[in-house]
Amino acid sequence: MKKLLSGNEAIARGAYEAGVHFAVAYPGTPSTEILEDVATYDEIDAQWSSNEKVALEVGIGAALAGSRVLVAMKHVGVNVATDPLMTFSYIGVNGGLVLVAADDPGMHSSQNEQDSRQYARFAKIPMLEPADSQEAKDFVQSALEISEEFDTPVMLKTSTRISHAQSLVSVRERADIAIRPYEKDMSKHVMMPAYARPRHVAVEERLEFLREYAEQTTLNRIEWRQKKIGVICAGICYQQVREALPDASVLKLGMCYPLPTKLLAEFAANVDQLYVVEELDPFMEEQIKVMGIEVQGKGLFPLTGEISPNLIAKKILGQPLTQSLAADMDSEAPVPARPPVLCPGCPHRSVFYTLHKQKMVVSGDIGCYTLGALQPLDAMDTCICMGASISTGLGFEKGNPALKGKVAAVIGDSTFFHSGMTGLADVVYNQGTTLTMVLDNRITAMTGHQHHPGTGSTLKGNPTVALDIGAICRALGVKRVREVDPYDLAALDAVIREEAAAPEPSVIIARRACALLDKSIKEVYVIDTERCISCGLCMKLGCPAIVKDNKTMSIDVSLCVGCGVCVQVCRSNAIVKAGDQDA
Amino acid sequence: MPKTTSILMGGVGGQGIVLASKILAHVIQAHDFDLKISEIHGMAQRGGSVLTYIRFGEVVHSPLIEPGQADYVMASEKLEAWRWLPYLHSGGTMVCSTQEIKPVPVIMGLQKYPHNIEKAMQTMVAKGTLGKLYAINALAVARECGQPKAANVALIGVLAHCLQFPLASFEEALEAIVPARFLAANKKAFLAGYQYFTDI
Ligand SMILES: Cc1ncc(C[n+]2csc(CCOP(=O)(O)OP(=O)(O)O)c2C)c(N)n1
Repeated sequence: MKKLLSGNEAIARGAYEAGVHFAVAYPGTPSTEILEDVATYDEIDAQWSSNEKVALEVGIGAALAGSRVLVAMKHVGVNVATDPLMTFSYIGVNGGLVLVAADDPGMHSSQNEQDSRQYARFAKIPMLEPADSQEAKDFVQSALEISEEFDTPVMLKTSTRISHAQSLVSVRERADIAIRPYEKDMSKHVMMPAYARPRHVAVEERLEFLREYAEQTTLNRIEWRQKKIGVICAGICYQQVREALPDASVLKLGMCYPLPTKLLAEFAANVDQLYVVEELDPFMEEQIKVMGIEVQGKGLFPLTGEISPNLIAKKILGQPLTQSLAADMDSEAPVPARPPVLCPGCPHRSVFYTLHKQKMVVSGDIGCYTLGALQPLDAMDTCICMGASISTGLGFEKGNPALKGKVAAVIGDSTFFHSGMTGLADVVYNQGTTLTMVLDNRITAMTGHQHHPGTGSTLKGNPTVALDIGAICRALGVKRVREVDPYDLAALDAVIREEAAAPEPSVIIARRACALLDKSIKEVYVIDTERCISCGLCMKLGCPAIVKDNKTMSIDVSLCVGCGVCVQVCRSNAIVKAGDQDA
Repeated sequence: MPKTTSILMGGVGGQGIVLASKILAHVIQAHDFDLKISEIHGMAQRGGSVLTYIRFGEVVHSPLIEPGQADYVMASEKLEAWRWLPYLHSGGTMVCSTQEIKPVPVIMGLQKYPHNIEKAMQTMVAKGTLGKLYAINALAVARECGQPKAANVALIGVLAHCLQFPLASFEEALEAIVPARFLAANKKAFLAGYQYFTDI
C-alpha cells in the first residue's frame, strides 16, 4: 500500500532509499521536519548544527570524505550558507550532496519570501523542484545521481505547500551505497586563486553539460492536451495549473535550473498562447524571454505571495473557478482575528513587560519572543534576521549617542548559538555598552522544540555537552554577566535597570524552561472579585489566560499554568491561588 | 472529470485537529482514493487559527481549498466556523462545535466575539445558501464520554455520517490511530457524534 507522507517526510524517505549516510540541518519552517524524520532512520547519521552555514560546511566535509549527504534549511537559511555554497560549487563533490531549500511564499511563518531559485543560478548549480510527495522522495535520488555524475552540489527546492502537504507515495527499499574512498586533491579542494581560476572554467563547462542534460532528462516533460493554451510550470504551480486548466498542455519542469532551451522552443512553437506560471520572481520568464520566446507571466500574475487555481483561472480564462460564500453571509461585524500569542506562563512575557515599562529601545531577533513586539507588550523596535539583535543594538548606540544606555538587544538561546556570539564579540571589541538579554528557555521553541548546543542533547536523542551561555559571554570579554529568573518580576526589573545603566557591555541571561515543556505542576491562580478594582494592570501582560469581559477580569483556569507573574503585577492583591480563595 | 471532495477543518492551536484529519485520511486511503492533505501549522502552537485541507477523489491536483470550494467545513470552535464558512460552496455542509474560545483581541476587550453566529448560519440554511448545518457542543459530548480531548472525534462522528463511507471503516481507523488507553472513550465520542443527528 502507498504511504501518506508529507513532502518533508517524503524527502527523509528519499534520503533513506537513496542510501544517504549523513544528514545535517538547522531548523526552520517549513523545512524542520525533514531532519526530525531522517533522524528516525538508524542507517543515517543525522545532526542539528548550530546554523545553516555550519550545517552546509559539515555537509561539504562529509561529501568530500565520501558519504552521500543531505543538507536542509529554510529559504533564509540559504542566505546564511551562501558563502560556503558559492565556492562549494567550484569544488564539487565526492559522495553526492543535495541541499534542500524550503521556500515560504505567502510567508506563513517567515520574515520574508525570497525566491531560492535565484541561488541555483547564482551558484551555477542545478535545482530540482518536486510537485508532490512522490516527487519529493524520488527527486532526492535524482539529485544525488546528478550530483555525482556532474560533480556538483544539487539544490532541491520545496515550498510550504509541498513540505507540509501530504500525498500518497510508493516506497522502496534502501539502496546499498558504499562510502566512497577519500582522496586528497589540492587543485580541486583548496580554493585559492591559482586553483580557483581553472575551477571556475570547469563550473561554466559543467553548466553547459547540465543544459544538455535538461533537454533529455525525464524530470522535464511535455503533457500534450489541447494546444490553445500551453503553460510552463514547476513544483506546486504544476498542481494549481492542472486544477485550474485541466485541458491545457503543460511543460512540467522537474528541473527548474538550468532550463531546457530546445524543449521550451518546441513547446512554445506548438501552442497558441504560451504562459509561464511561477510564484514570486519571474525566474523562468526572464530566461525564456532571453531565448526570444514570447510568453506571458508576471504581466498577469503577482510577484508576491502564492498562486492559487482560482487566480490562474481568473487571469487566463477570465473567471475564477469558485465563488466565495462571503457575499451571502450577513455578518454584522468583522471576524476577530486569532493572532498567535506568547503562551500562558511563557518566560519571555515578563521580560518584554519590563522592557516596555522601562521604555527601552529593543533590538529584537527571531523566535517565539518576536511576539513581544505585539500589543500590549509592544516592546520591540526591530526584527531583521537571526542574530541581528546584538549587532543592530550596537549600531543604534553608535548611530545616535542619545540612545546610549537605553538599548537592549533581545535574543533567544538557539539564536545566540546560531549567530549571536559574533555580534557580542563586536560589542566588546568596539567598546559598546549595549545590554544583551539572552532569553534562555532551554530549547528552540519557535520551530517546535529542537535541541541546540545549549540543551545537552543531540538530534538523535543522545546526551552531549551543554554549552554554558554565561561562560561563553565571559570568555568573549563581557565582565557583567548575570542570571535572573524571569518569573521574578522585581529581580528582573532591578537587574535590567542596573545593567542598562552600566558603562560597559553587559549580558542578562533570563533562564526558565519553555512553558510548554515545563511539566512541573503549579497551582493555578484566580481573581478575587471582591478585591479586584478592575484597574487593568494585569491586562498589560497580554496573557491569554486573563480574560476581560466588559470591565471585569477573570482567569481562565484551563489555560493558567500558575507562573505567578500576574500576582506580582496586581496592586490590590486580588490574584490568589485557586486553593486559597475563600468562597 | 470525476469530482474531488474537499473538506476544510478549522480550529484553534492545541485542539487536536491533526488527530481528526488522521482518522479521516485513514478511511479515505482504505477506499483507494487519491488524497491530499495540507496543513498550515506555522505558529499554531501559540493559540492561532489552525487549518487543514483534505481533498480526495480519483486524482487530486491542488492541495488547496479556496473560498467557495469546500463541500464540508468541520470547525472545532464557533468563531472558526464563521471564519471558514465562506470556503463552502453554495449548498455545502457545515459541521461545527458550539464551543467558544475567545481570541486575544476579544480577551483584551478590543473586539467583540460575534454573538449570533449560529442564528446567522440558520438563516443561511433557510435561504438555501448553506446546505446543511450540524452544530453540536462537541466538548460537552466528549466530556460525557469521559474524554474532553475527544471533542474533535465527536465532530468526526457527525461528519462521518454525512460522508458515504461505511461506519466500520471509521471504527477501523479509530483502532489504528487512537492509542489503546484512550480508544474506548474515543469510540464512544465518535458514536455519540455519529448518532447525534437522525436526519442525515
Ligand atoms: C536563518 C534562519 N534560520 C532559521 C530560521 C527559523 N527560525 C526562526 S526563529 C528560530 C529559533 C528560535 O529559537 P530561540 O532563539 O531559542 O527562541 P525561542 O523560539 O525558543 O523563543 C528559528 C530556527 C530563521 N528565521 N532564519
